[in-house]
Amino acid sequence: MNLWYTEKHSPNVRFSLKVEEHLFTGKSDFQKIDILQTSEFGRVLTLDGLVMLTEKDEFIYHEMITHVALATNPSIKKVLVIGAGDGGTIRELTAYATIEQIDMVEIDEMVVDVCREYLPQTASKLADPRVNLYFEDGLKFVRRIENEYDLIIVDSTDPFGPGEGLFTKEFYGNCYKALTDDGILVNQHESPFYAEDALGMRKAHQKIVGFFPVCKVYQFHMPTYPSGHWLFGFASKKFDPTQDLDAASWNELNLKTKYYNTDIHVGSFALPNYVKEQLKDVE
Amino acid sequence: MKGEYMTHHLQQRAPIMEALNQYKSMRVVPFDVPGHKRGRGNPELATFLGEQCLTMDVNSMKPLDNLCHPVSIIKEAEELAAQAFNAKHAFFMVNGTTSAVQAMIMTACKAGDKIIMPRNVHRSAINALILSGAVPVYVNPGVHSELGIPLGMSVKDVEQAILENTDAKAILINNPTYYGICSNLQALTDLAHRYNMLVLVDEAHGTHFYFGDNLPASAMSVGADMASVSMHKSGGSLTQSSFLLINNEVSEGYTRQIINLTQTTSGSYLLLSSLDISRRSLALNGKEIFRKVAEMAQYTRNEINKIGGYYAYSKELLNGDTIFDFDVTKLSVDTREVGLAGIEVYDILRDEYDIQIEFGDIGNILAYISVGDRHLDLERLVAALAEIKRRYSKDKSRIYIHEYISPQVAYTPQEAFYAPKQKLPISESAGYVSSEFVMCYPPGIPILAPGERITKEILDFIDYSKVKGCFLTGTEDSNIEHINVLKELME
Ligand SMILES: Cc1ncc(COP(=O)(O)O)c(C=O)c1O
Repeated sequence: MNLWYTEKHSPNVRFSLKVEEHLFTGKSDFQKIDILQTSEFGRVLTLDGLVMLTEKDEFIYHEMITHVALATNPSIKKVLVIGAGDGGTIRELTAYATIEQIDMVEIDEMVVDVCREYLPQTASKLADPRVNLYFEDGLKFVRRIENEYDLIIVDSTDPFGPGEGLFTKEFYGNCYKALTDDGILVNQHESPFYAEDALGMRKAHQKIVGFFPVCKVYQFHMPTYPSGHWLFGFASKKFDPTQDLDAASWNELNLKTKYYNTDIHVGSFALPNYVKEQLKDVE
Repeated sequence: MKGEYMTHHLQQRAPIMEALNQYKSMRVVPFDVPGHKRGRGNPELATFLGEQCLTMDVNSMKPLDNLCHPVSIIKEAEELAAQAFNAKHAFFMVNGTTSAVQAMIMTACKAGDKIIMPRNVHRSAINALILSGAVPVYVNPGVHSELGIPLGMSVKDVEQAILENTDAKAILINNPTYYGICSNLQALTDLAHRYNMLVLVDEAHGTHFYFGDNLPASAMSVGADMASVSMHKSGGSLTQSSFLLINNEVSEGYTRQIINLTQTTSGSYLLLSSLDISRRSLALNGKEIFRKVAEMAQYTRNEINKIGGYYAYSKELLNGDTIFDFDVTKLSVDTREVGLAGIEVYDILRDEYDIQIEFGDIGNILAYISVGDRHLDLERLVAALAEIKRRYSKDKSRIYIHEYISPQVAYTPQEAFYAPKQKLPISESAGYVSSEFVMCYPPGIPILAPGERITKEILDFIDYSKVKGCFLTGTEDSNIEHINVLKELME
């Protein structure tokens, strides 16, 4: 058998993974969900034919989307996670004993069910007693909330399809309102490299800059995402992610990480010139 | 049961679409217009619109019939449409509902004939008066005391207008208004018929009344004589396509002659086939489609009302007369409590949130909900409105609504339009008779129509609309700084 999964990384670039077995395919009300067993990357979750995570490289994404904010403000207690049906972000958050409540809002319950069954590596901590699951539209959820969360993590799919609403100005504005005065917003921020992704990145930045006094972008290396060069946004009402980094306290926690450390934390905010220019253009 | 089955069976046909497909498969060599020859002569256009679209852009010919004098497939399609709408006959219109409204009025009235109508008609109706020389008798539609929206006509007011003008030939009714408000269509129709007047209904916003459950009564269902139905609004066909329905004693042949006075001889098959396909879809699935639309509108209305400040109104407004019924698929929202004019919210939604709604006036916005909407987009609209309230709300006293301004008609629209005229700065025009329109677009309901006396009150309203950012149109002067007034009154 010679089975390959191929995804378009740009209209002119393709990326392929050798597949050993197609473990699951299904269609929810929102999207097509597939789990593949691949030779190189282990199990892979795809939504509407785009790789969301692989067992081999998900640690990079999930460590970077969580620890940067928690090392900047160790007193974060109440967290809202939007998207993240695979559970990887939740797994990282539950490592902090200081976090008291994690609300997770995922529009598609079927993603969670499938991940629970096929991806225990990421979904294992969804049963933590501090975690509350809400299956509804993220935009609708935050709309009703004011001054509640210390951290909101937007672990979204791309700015088209069911995740569309999570890249809008009304969503970021609603997040601002839902955050406390110490609040931090971390969001999946697309990539600066291929034109389509870069457009998503610039638009997201442009919309967030309007609301938050501190508005930064940081990078990480994601082998299975288009170009491998990916970004998260860090926006906050008060904290600066590098100046306010409390490296000593975070290191004292002795958390075991494979990618994140406090040096990477600082370094990830150093951006290449072409990225800086694109961001500056929309500020 | 059998009859219903037969109807359903027949409605599965789409004769124009079928004929176009058949014609395409014959690969006929075109030595006729259009000169783009199935797109080959204009590759840029073909790339932009899609090849399939250009191959369907063909001319009238024997196998495809002729819109000006249908004898085969267009005739069949018209018959199916008539059946679907329960009309005696349906005409396919390719110049918008504007052309349908004008054909109704010109079929019913000659020069000098009177027609009773509410003043909040669309400009197309008053334009028909300029073209035909018919004389309007306006019925004051009244304005809702809190919402500031124009209402339906009260049966008593219409009766009075009829008694004062028993020689009127017809009455024109909006069903519903842009905002979703319906008059008592059955009562008005019966009343007009008692005095031998034709009942013409502008159903630009009422296509769905023919298909959905629990929606207001449609013109054909109450026995009205003619109706203009914007298939391109809630019916899903291409922009500019529309149906004109006739009923009772109205002559098909005479109506066709009137239509042909102004209709193109090159009716677009893109528009015609879109009407045909959309009619089929509504006849087969309309009930379910509009159940969904009504449900989406209701959900959004509830969510908007939970935000506070905004008021998304519905059937609680019914008063048995001027608000006899309400179209629940319309999402009309009063914005004044947020301290913003509807037009301001409309602009912020577009400029700041990339959300385009149908229109905003002084006190309201209207978002058009249709079968093409997705739940996630409804959430965006609600969230954006919540954000606009949080970020932009102001003191509510800055928005005031205007009373209905009763028009002082000095001349018929036709007399005034063609009379010798003089250009004046609009601010100095009070007291003169206007020769032209002034209106906000959308909704395209005239503030001032040709032949009406300009008053200070009207000028104040025009000024206020300008300041709030309404898009004004109608005058020869595209900046709406000057207005043409009747010359004979200048001395
Ligand atoms: C009440 C009413 N009648 C007629 C029309 C004319 O329709 P069309 O734009 O299709 O010519 C409109 C258009 O907005 C309308 O609102």
